[in-house]
Amino acid sequence: MTFTFFDTKIKMMSDIIVADLSILIMGIAVAILLTYYKKWRSLWKWLKSTHHSKVGIMYLTAGFAFFLRGGLDALIMRVQLALPQNEFWVFQGDKYNQMMTTHGTTMIFFVAMPLLIGLMNVAIPWQIGARDLAFPYLNAMSFWLFLAGGILVNISFVLGGSPTAGWTSYAPLALEKFAPGPGNDYYTLGLQVSGIGTLLTAINFLVTIINKRAPGMTFMRMPLFPWSTLVTSILILFAFPALTVALLLLMFDRLYGTNFLAADAGNSLIWQHLFWIFGHPEVYILVLPAFGIFSDVISTFSRKRVFGYSSMVISLMLIGFLGFMVWVHHMFTVGLGPTSNAIFAISTMSIAVPTGIKIFNWLFTIRGGVIQMRTAMLFALGFIPTFVIGGVTGVMLATVPADYQFHDSYFVVGHFHYVIIGGTILGIFAGIYYWWPKMFGFKLNEVLGKWHFWTFLIGFHITFFPMHIMGLKGMPRRVYTYLPEDGLAGLNMVSTIGAFMMAAGMMIFLWNLYYSARHSERSVGKDPWDGRTLEWTIPSPPPEYNFARIPKVRGIDPLWQAKTYTNGEIEAAEPLGEIEMPLSTVKPVLMSGALTIASFGFIFHVLVFQIVGITGVALLLVARSFQDTGSQSIKPPYDEDESIGGEKE
Amino acid sequence: MTTSRTVSSKQFSKSEQADKVLGLWFFIGAEIVLFGCLFGVYLTLNGQTRAGESPEQLFELKEIILSTFVLLSSSFTCAQALIGATQGQFNKTISFLIGTLLLALIFLGLEVHEFYSYVRDGHTFTSSPFMSSFYVLVGTHGMHVLVGCLWMIVLLVHLGKEKVSSYTSTKLEVFSLYWHFVDVVWVFIFTIVYLIGKAVVL
Repeated sequence: MTFTFFDTKIKMMSDIIVADLSILIMGIAVAILLTYYKKWRSLWKWLKSTHHSKVGIMYLTAGFAFFLRGGLDALIMRVQLALPQNEFWVFQGDKYNQMMTTHGTTMIFFVAMPLLIGLMNVAIPWQIGARDLAFPYLNAMSFWLFLAGGILVNISFVLGGSPTAGWTSYAPLALEKFAPGPGNDYYTLGLQVSGIGTLLTAINFLVTIINKRAPGMTFMRMPLFPWSTLVTSILILFAFPALTVALLLLMFDRLYGTNFLAADAGNSLIWQHLFWIFGHPEVYILVLPAFGIFSDVISTFSRKRVFGYSSMVISLMLIGFLGFMVWVHHMFTVGLGPTSNAIFAISTMSIAVPTGIKIFNWLFTIRGGVIQMRTAMLFALGFIPTFVIGGVTGVMLATVPADYQFHDSYFVVGHFHYVIIGGTILGIFAGIYYWWPKMFGFKLNEVLGKWHFWTFLIGFHITFFPMHIMGLKGMPRRVYTYLPEDGLAGLNMVSTIGAFMMAAGMMIFLWNLYYSARHSERSVGKDPWDGRTLEWTIPSPPPEYNFARIPKVRGIDPLWQAKTYTNGEIEAAEPLGEIEMPLSTVKPVLMSGALTIASFGFIFHVLVFQIVGITGVALLLVARSFQDTGSQSIKPPYDEDESIGGEKE
Repeated sequence: MTTSRTVSSKQFSKSEQADKVLGLWFFIGAEIVLFGCLFGVYLTLNGQTRAGESPEQLFELKEIILSTFVLLSSSFTCAQALIGATQGQFNKTISFLIGTLLLALIFLGLEVHEFYSYVRDGHTFTSSPFMSSFYVLVGTHGMHVLVGCLWMIVLLVHLGKEKVSSYTSTKLEVFSLYWHFVDVVWVFIFTIVYLIGKAVVL
């Protein structure tokens, strides 16, 4: 059965029908649940919210939804690859390419980034003693733009086919000639829309961290998570415009028949350079916030100030700086000549120095500390050896002659999963277990948390360690099958088993969320982990204004200082008074809706949609310009207590 | 319990003003990378031309010098408008802002005329990599000017309603940063695209 959707033929094959049905069933289930629990009104309130922790929680929720989708893609790929010359369902050839492209794109842009940005949203204002981000409206808009982009890339599977050219989408492979159909247009438009959102987030966090710190919190007194967010935001600010330009050129080539990136006219290398000028800083955008989370978690659960604070800060900056100097190491085999390869090999290897400093600083923070093996700490401890393995294979890849062998093999796949899962994803889990009680007022179950950690970590190593050996045996990336005589069958089967173990770990995590929401103890107090930084001085969950009185900071780890040297209370920097908080608004949702309509217009060549969408965006911008002041004034309850929180517990 | 009420007055606090100006500076940082990449693309592809459309044959410097003069003058009028706002002079602000808008519109008209004459001679967006990269680079700048024009119209409405206040002068300051940046980009386009394009023949 085939039907036509704006001149694009959609074949209703079994996989598409299953996908359509599951979308339908999930939609109906959500609608029934919302009606049954009478939650439509509060859903509407959440959609309109511009509050940092609510936007952060929406980022986390959406990120996890995409995580499940990306994980499903991974399982499909692993099943297809489990046996030589396997034919699992329809996932061979083009359909396999669709799976691996959506897996990569989703995991990088719609899982790792939003989950990190979600944690930043939640924790940064608390940690620097602020009431909200500098631009709450912009923050909500960033979220909705990211969501629109994610939905565009994900809906492609049922509306004309997903992108097929890999997450790097190299030209000329990604051009109309070799990748016809709307799939890769979904990629260019979806990433463009969500990329704008990410750029706005970066500006927001830069201004917030520079202008909104509590009195007395100098830069060198900030916790390391805000520091890593600051450096990450600078990376986003200077890296994402390169992606914007690259996507723009690809879009023009595909939609309007220009010749920027073709092999015969134009220059295909432009894509590779622009993509990696964005793409390599992107790797550090993903891992630096995780470094920040680990620093805070390790210091809290070792009950020690982080070792070598200033060298940690300098390393962050060095990694951020060097991150822009290494992009050509993705292009060693292009043939740019030995001189440029040598320069970029050396700059790449030199990143190991600041990273090594950080690893040793974490180890020295643990040394001599009073270590508490909470789940968050376990994720931090699991990260150190895992990430070191990923770092070592990274230096191997930076060795140019060896890279000619490793390039585009499963060795590379093994390497980047070690750094991205071992760094970013473990960091996200650590952050979620760590800040969960502050977000929701109850802890996640520790026993289930430990099950989650061990199944996920062991499953991870079983999945990805064999990939290095597969790569050394010559298995190329992005293939959907191999021959029995290649000697890859056993390793691939092991890897598939590991993937299912990771999936089991994720299920335990989801069960933990449900179980803890039902059964966990409610009153965790302000400071469940015996913490060190400002977020543990306010109620859990905090009131809308976070701090009834903005605190006065006198050193690193202000709460720990107060608990050690005084009565544990932090001095307030202002008298109790009325607090101005931003208003809720639905305009960010409408804005992202308008951009989605415009994107559909470009993907399916419908001029009316393009005009309607872009006019909508312009009108909403003008409307915002005339409604950018009002605020709601909140009066926190009066309390004799001199502490910074206005409410008595 | 907390009590809350909605406040609405057209003014920005000191910290809001500082946030907005700093935010726009960072936005300009991102824009520098954006235009840097577009310049890189142009310099990579400007050799791939068809017969009769190399830069030195195509460009008419007279017209470009005129539009450069017009756009750079608009930076001056924009700065005057901001000075007027800081001195609280409503008439000075509004007349110089209208002047800026008119100059910007003249610049846009000249650019449309230039593009139109190229297209009329068959040098379209898709005719060669050189033309494509030229249109994308100069066109992106033109889009920025167009957005600036719409922004100025909105600003004029604001000024008409609120006169000169902390609210409107912050908006004007943010806009003027953007506008000067757009002008600086034009200086680079004028040099790299037009002057060097013409100089190759020497």
